[in-house]
Amino acid sequence: MEVEIKIKLKEGISDPEGKNTKKALRLLGFEDVLDVHTLKTFRIKLDDSDEGDSVEEAKEMCKKLLANPVIHDYEIKVKK
Amino acid sequence: MAKICVLRMEGTNCEWETFLAFKRLKGDAEFVHIKQILKESEEERFLEDYACVIIPGGFSSGDYVRAGAIFASRLSKLKKEIIEFIEEDKLLGGICNGFQVLVELGVLPGIGEALSEEKKAVLTVNDSNLFECRPTLLRHVNGGKCIFTRRYTKDKIVIFPSAHAEGKLVFGGEDTLEKMIENDQIVFRYTDSKGDYAGYPWNPNGSTYNIAGICNERGNVFGLMPHPERVFYSYTHPDWTRNSMGVYGDGMPLFKSILDYIDG
Repeated sequence: MEVEIKIKLKEGISDPEGKNTKKALRLLGFEDVLDVHTLKTFRIKLDDSDEGDSVEEAKEMCKKLLANPVIHDYEIKVKK
Repeated sequence: MAKICVLRMEGTNCEWETFLAFKRLKGDAEFVHIKQILKESEEERFLEDYACVIIPGGFSSGDYVRAGAIFASRLSKLKKEIIEFIEEDKLLGGICNGFQVLVELGVLPGIGEALSEEKKAVLTVNDSNLFECRPTLLRHVNGGKCIFTRRYTKDKIVIFPSAHAEGKLVFGGEDTLEKMIENDQIVFRYTDSKGDYAGYPWNPNGSTYNIAGICNERGNVFGLMPHPERVFYSYTHPDWTRNSMGVYGDGMPLFKSILDYIDG
């Protein structure tokens, strides 16, 4: 089983990488670019067949390591 | 003489300057690898044997996930021991990456409890999205709470070099900053050449309230982004030929303050 965890910056938290990428894209002529946001995705293979448990486990992973709640939201998807 | 632990793991790279800063002042410092305190090595060491633990700068675990996050999550196996260590009023300090580790571990800002399960702050990507590497000016604003900086007078301006990509301090709760000011937990703030609080490039990362360093409520856990160990001697200051300041640089009193406390 695979879980996909997306870590993104909370609304209102500055995203310097996104801002810089936007600037670079506009300089390359993509003038229709209004905003760029970056996010991080972890694909985690689990040796577990119970879907409910793996979501809980992924939440624990976010709490313990993958996200910092001060600036991050996360989204968990279970892929079979 | 009280023992000092300079804690390293894969990717730390400022441990030598930190170790030497203590040694030059006749402190009893020792390098300890994280595996030694996590009982993953035959050469075991115990946190309780040290009066001071310093986490040096570097790129622990390659800065993967978030700067300091992996180091902190490995240390969190010793939560109980760390809480005891802090509650016994021993010293726990972090410089640069070490500061990021202490924030991710939940021992800073350290309001109300020694170690908070939920993270209350973060050192996130600099506003410039650049690795900012240059001398920075800091004002020591602490009124005496922070044990690590007692040798600096209040409002003393020092030059410590900064070298980081993730140094912007952001607090979780809305009133955290207010509480920290009230508790005398702010230690160093970035200033311009006149000693005023200014924006970029004087504040290299966009940090809240121009904060460069903070301590916990007890004053015995301290984190700082710029590097005092890199200005132990005056000749590593950028202006040392123009502004003669004797043998020692601005960083020395920080290590001396630690030794004052642990060796009495």
